[in-house]
Amino acid sequence: MTEKDTVDTRWSEMVARVKTERDETAFAELFAHFAPRVKAFLMKSGADPALAEECAQDVMATLWHKAHLFDPERASVATWVFTIARNRRIDALRKNRRPEPEDLTWGPEHEPEQDEAIALQQESEKLGTALAALPEKQRMLIQRAYFGDMSHSEIAEETGLPLGTIKSRIRLALDRLRHEMK
Amino acid sequence: MNMTIKHHLTDPLLMAYAAGNLPEAFGLVVATHVSMCDECRARLASFEAVGGAVLEETDTCEMAEDSFAATMKRISDVPEEERITAPATTAEDALLPKPLREYVGGDIDAVEWKSVGGRVRQAILPTSKDASVRLLYIPAGVAVPDHGHRGTELTLVLQGAFEDEADVFGPGDVEVANEELEHTPVAAPGHDCICLAATDAPLRFSGLIPRLAQPFLGI
Repeated sequence: MTEKDTVDTRWSEMVARVKTERDETAFAELFAHFAPRVKAFLMKSGADPALAEECAQDVMATLWHKAHLFDPERASVATWVFTIARNRRIDALRKNRRPEPEDLTWGPEHEPEQDEAIALQQESEKLGTALAALPEKQRMLIQRAYFGDMSHSEIAEETGLPLGTIKSRIRLALDRLRHEMK
Repeated sequence: MNMTIKHHLTDPLLMAYAAGNLPEAFGLVVATHVSMCDECRARLASFEAVGGAVLEETDTCEMAEDSFAATMKRISDVPEEERITAPATTAEDALLPKPLREYVGGDIDAVEWKSVGGRVRQAILPTSKDASVRLLYIPAGVAVPDHGHRGTELTLVLQGAFEDEADVFGPGDVEVANEELEHTPVAAPGHDCICLAATDAPLRFSGLIPRLAQPFLGI
């Protein structure tokens, strides 16, 4: 591991291997790490164990099928898995459609730029550290908001999480993407 | 991309959408605005990153014994051709952003408008019942009947502009109104105004007649 390597860049290499080589060993590693977290997330959102198990398997199968859609310049693997799990939850527990924004996709020839991707993954880790360092009460509030048992709140304003850095990083990726699509 | 958007979504709305907790009707307004606004797209991504961090920090929960094998079976059960997602088709000249086209079943010419009086027309879009969303067509210079709110109302401009006591709202701008705001939106002269409006409570019109008519209008 070089200094630049982070846990998150390692996960995104695993996803790349699933995408290009259909690598079951890499997938097994992703599964061992993320499936139990997705299951716990779904149970905290109100799913019973059987439904949570089924949905977690589904989420991991989606990761396999959609590995080519993962963009390391715009999200960490954990964030991407979270969005898949969230959508599965809306579908399974609320039985709602989820309106999704129009997607911005790179052209088929695009190779993610390593530096940009690494910087984004590093900032995601920093965000994780910042979240873990929040006072217990605030951290619980945020968790509850994401588990879905709080519908509205001013939480976002109160936490002081370093969202600006992530935002400017993503903004940069969007700018580059727009430029490339011209 | 629209560089002139001045009125953006609030943090609590973006966070609730990122967390998957908004009523479908509000979600449609958020998804439509984000489709038009890079600023909010980037902010949304940062709130999703918080979700990723929360997931990473969550206690784990033991998987069923055969879980991995069952998942591999799920994977191989999907026929190869269904695994390839169709390329996103962007209709360059469409007025309505994609999430909205999916609810309308086409672009603006596919909207089934119904008159609500005063030359104002609306089309209610099908969503879950916890909130409602409709397209509004307000001819240039015409006012929407005076109304207050019992809940939250989001109004996103798709074409033209409207003014109310608070400000001027142009294409891509979204107004977030709560119960305190008693306002009279007027479509700016020149262009007919088309907006997408969501509310989590029935609108309460100030005049008696509109109030009686409300159950029939479905708003």
